[in-house]
Amino acid sequence: MAGPLIGLIVPALLLLGNKTFGISGTLRQVCAACIPANISFFKYDWKKESWNLFFAAGIIIGGFIATYLLSNAGQVNINPHTTALLQQEGVKDFSGLLPQDIFSFSQLFTLRGFIFIVVGGFLVGFGTRYAVGCTSGHAIMGISSLQWPSLVATCCFMIGGFVMTWFILPYLLQL
Amino acid sequence: MKNVKFLVVGMLFGIILVKSEVISWFRIQEMFRLQAFHMYGIIGSAIVVGIISIQLIKRFQLTTIHGEKIVIADKTFHWGNVYGGLIFGLGWAITGACPGPLFAEIGSGFFVIIVTLLSAIAGTWTYGLLREKLPH
Repeated sequence: MAGPLIGLIVPALLLLGNKTFGISGTLRQVCAACIPANISFFKYDWKKESWNLFFAAGIIIGGFIATYLLSNAGQVNINPHTTALLQQEGVKDFSGLLPQDIFSFSQLFTLRGFIFIVVGGFLVGFGTRYAVGCTSGHAIMGISSLQWPSLVATCCFMIGGFVMTWFILPYLLQL
Repeated sequence: MKNVKFLVVGMLFGIILVKSEVISWFRIQEMFRLQAFHMYGIIGSAIVVGIISIQLIKRFQLTTIHGEKIVIADKTFHWGNVYGGLIFGLGWAITGACPGPLFAEIGSGFFVIIVTLLSAIAGTWTYGLLREKLPH
């Protein structure tokens, strides 16, 4: 049921104000608003597109509501094969949505924690802007409006993800 | 005040992302290891509903609630779609989150992800800085 509901966000944003679904643009907005540094890419009227900052703030509030006000299962019921593989590769905590033995402040200053928390985030922010969109903007909005560059971008997202997961991540997890 | 409606839509999106476990690092691992249909089903069905919705909007020439014509800008291909896409994919598999879930994770109480978000903003800023020197 989650998928179709996410799909409905596409027409909802169009009908509410001609907005095209996409999250990663928000990161550019923050740059333009806070640290434009005279870079031409950040010199535009960000206030005109401030709707997406509200949208992003809504996602944070929604995350809070779902976790603290609506009951939540806790452990994610993933494929036991995935669990076994991850255990083999060094993941210990399977109790929540994210492994706490990687994503926590106490891990931030270890090499592994730094790669997962900081380097990973940097690649996401750099890559999405370079690709002009992320999962929402390209995979969902772009393909929904039948734009072939979005299909190309989405395939590249998946290729990057496969290469990381299968060939690099096993080593990173063991750091 | 006209932006409050987008806040509300964002809230619904955030709730869906958490309840469907899309924000879970484990779900993304499962997806890239091809060991579950969960994420493919969610993204795939979202696209199907999106395609149908846009076709309906076009067919019936629907307007926004303010009566404006609905326009979807064409995306033009450049090689950044490929290079940037690959880089994002590498990052997505590490963080287990694309930009939407990053916000939802912070709301869910994973405060260390604030650092990931700031780093993503730094990544976007670095792209802006290097843009002219990068192949597109």
